[in-house]
Amino acid sequence: MSDGPIAIIAGHASFAEGMRSAIARIMGLGDRFIALSNDTMGTAEIEERLHELVNAHPIRAIFTDLPAGSCTIAARRLLKTRTDIVLVTGVSLPLLLDFIADEERPAAEAVTRAIDRAARAFGPGPGAARGH
Amino acid sequence: MAIELYRIDDRLIHGQVVVGWGQPLSLGFIALVDDEVASSDWEQELYRMGVPPEMDVYFATPEEAARRLGEWRADPRPGMLLTGDIDTMRRLTELCPEVRTINLGGIHHRAGREHKLRYVYLTPDEEASLRELAGKGIAITAQDVPAARPIDLDDVLSGKAEP
Repeated sequence: MSDGPIAIIAGHASFAEGMRSAIARIMGLGDRFIALSNDTMGTAEIEERLHELVNAHPIRAIFTDLPAGSCTIAARRLLKTRTDIVLVTGVSLPLLLDFIADEERPAAEAVTRAIDRAARAFGPGPGAARGH
Repeated sequence: MAIELYRIDDRLIHGQVVVGWGQPLSLGFIALVDDEVASSDWEQELYRMGVPPEMDVYFATPEEAARRLGEWRADPRPGMLLTGDIDTMRRLTELCPEVRTINLGGIHHRAGREHKLRYVYLTPDEEASLRELAGKGIAITAQDVPAARPIDLDDVLSGKAEP
């Protein structure tokens, strides 16, 4: 397992740092993620910042908060030329926890498994996936 | 139903537009007026991806928008017209003098721009352009989301509207 960040969480306000800090608290692996807030940035600036980050770190996945959000738009543009990176929108904490717990797998596979498991975590009570 | 908002937002279609305004206004469509997006199928698909299926998105240059504005205003569904910068909105108002209100929804930081609000940064030329539009009787307010207080242009340009 390599050290350092392998994924970016990007979103509005303090969403990303909130997620990263929760991961750090729960699993102690907060440093595997870079948190990016879109505060004060237009879409072009977000895209530029994502470029900087994926060029500086071995990023395998980008997780964004909203499918329609500016972070997602910027990430989609970036991924036109970076097909080695997986994008997941509408990210949740369970999804991120499952992804990082599975980081030995190829990113696409880890993400698919994490999405499936996280989807089962939604629910009003009994019947939600165990382990979260 | 009228076009509810003529909005300048450099993020174009994004969360605040689709969810923040789209849900309270029950928007039926967004008209995205931008030369670059209007000429790119890929860009259009990019913006369509984030919009719920019940919301239509129309793409147009300012000239095309001027031709279609009557049709959009006659649409029974509430709509939003969106440009990514002041200059595009200015061009539209020159073609469509019936546009009498402009919402500053987001003009973000870039080199050369001064902070006015958390979500509005302007170069001197952009300020002048807004003043010129206001001088034509167009009411310009800044309001990023519906729950926020609309801020008049004079207060925006003073740079003192936020504590």
